[in-house]
Amino acid sequence: MSYQGKFRVWRGDDSGGALEDFTVEVNEGEVVLDIIHRLQATQAPDLAVRWNCKAGKCGSCSAEINGRPRLLCMTRMSVFEESETITVTPMRTFPIIRDLVTDVSFNYTKAREVPSFAPPKDLAPGEYRMQQVDVERSQEFRKCIECFLCQNTCHVVRDHEENKEAFSGPRFLMRVAELEMHPLDTADRVDQAQDDHGLGYCNITKCCSEVCPEHIHITDNALIPMKERVADRKYDPIVWLGNKLFKR
Amino acid sequence: MARAEIAARTLRTDRWWLPPLTTFVGLLLISIYAAFRTFQGDFYWVDQYHYLTPMYSPCLTEECVPAAAHFGQWFPALPGFLTPPVIIIPFLLGFRITCYYYRKAYYRAAWASPPACAVAEPHSKYTGETKFPLIAQNLHRYFFYAASVLLLINIYDAILAFGTGVGLGNIILLVNVGLLAAYTLSCHSCRHIAGGRLKHFSKHPVRYWMWTQISKLNNRHMLLAWTSLIFVCLTDLYVALVASGTISDLRFIN
Ligand code: SF4
Ligand code: SF4
Ligand code: FES
Ligand code: FES
Repeated sequence: MSYQGKFRVWRGDDSGGALEDFTVEVNEGEVVLDIIHRLQATQAPDLAVRWNCKAGKCGSCSAEINGRPRLLCMTRMSVFEESETITVTPMRTFPIIRDLVTDVSFNYTKAREVPSFAPPKDLAPGEYRMQQVDVERSQEFRKCIECFLCQNTCHVVRDHEENKEAFSGPRFLMRVAELEMHPLDTADRVDQAQDDHGLGYCNITKCCSEVCPEHIHITDNALIPMKERVADRKYDPIVWLGNKLFKR
Repeated sequence: MARAEIAARTLRTDRWWLPPLTTFVGLLLISIYAAFRTFQGDFYWVDQYHYLTPMYSPCLTEECVPAAAHFGQWFPALPGFLTPPVIIIPFLLGFRITCYYYRKAYYRAAWASPPACAVAEPHSKYTGETKFPLIAQNLHRYFFYAASVLLLINIYDAILAFGTGVGLGNIILLVNVGLLAAYTLSCHSCRHIAGGRLKHFSKHPVRYWMWTQISKLNNRHMLLAWTSLIFVCLTDLYVALVASGTISDLRFIN
């Protein structure tokens, strides 16, 4: 039930690096993170990897396996052929620290740029009352484990470093959507999304949704609804007229 | 600090190029067929059974067979190689081209931006939908309104055709408008207008219900985009074959 698996792991730091070949024991029921740990225990004690929960909940172990952005701890070895060489590389979009560990502070910067929840002035904490149907949409986005795989995969920044300035990425556009749809948030998030967070850069090609380990419908439920709100605001006189006539 | 030094454009080992290639070939074949039928200018109306192909509906110019011009001939005969559908095609095409699903499809398949997830795109600069011309994708809403009107006309045509009895052509026209209606209703703009734009669903139970239903359809938007597109072509082909006398309509009643 166990076999010798072939691995190629990227090793290096910001001064350079390369893929290194390893042959490691693989046992039934293991995930890629187990193999990386076995490598550390047996052949490469200084191999750097970030992890924490091994349960797909902390979002630490993001990397790329055979070129696909994934969580190391949630990728079962059983999805690969025994003869296959499995390539493990760090996330490409962020600066490398060492081996499989990248510096994800781009995401923390972008997170800080989203103005926080703005409840009505006359409500004290503890007085918030909301109906379930009204918070449901925002709740989907709260499933996020901040693994930043979506940020890493999004071609807007992955293929164009220069766009990092203007574009906050799917994770934080989704945060803007979460607040915009929140029943008690009073801030105006629509212009922000377009002007400050670069919503227009997204071309809805859905790679963020494809890689999200929480299966959040980022594009369909956050990005496109935000694009539609921007269209309301900036490009739709019929809605404008309707609002004038029927004052909702 | 620099990114990890990895030269390969992608390390993906699966056949990531297959879906964009399939999409590209599919869209190309359909475009060729649609262009051919548009400029053929013939075989769009079966006089005996009142079948009008959706590609020529409404037929609004003086070239139109009078019986097929259900809403009258509003425009004079078009010059040169132009045919009646050129009046409505900008709306139909505009609806599909600005559709959020088709955008994904052709950005990936035709423009390789990106060709597949985690596969580097070949372009050195990228501004997405922030600048002209792509900023015009925001006009999808209008095309949705226009396409909804055209859909109602197609439904009217399909019902009108029952005036002469029931044949296979009637069933095809009916299924066609059913698929077109499902595609149009599942549109992201429709989902937004119906209820998505509200902040408090609890204050608008009817619109919330509509939004819930449309959301279910919206989940299948890609599937509906393809089935409705292919079926429009098949419907048109059937009408063309019957109209040209190549095959005869299978009649159930009369
Ligand atoms: S859908 Fe938009 S945000 Fe998501 S990966 Fe694609 S371009 Fe980036
Ligand atoms: S949205 Fe999904 S992919 Fe993006 S950070 Fe959150 S959990 Fe990860
Ligand atoms: S280790 Fe926590 S998500 Fe993988
Ligand atoms: S989103 Fe596809 S038709 Fe509107």
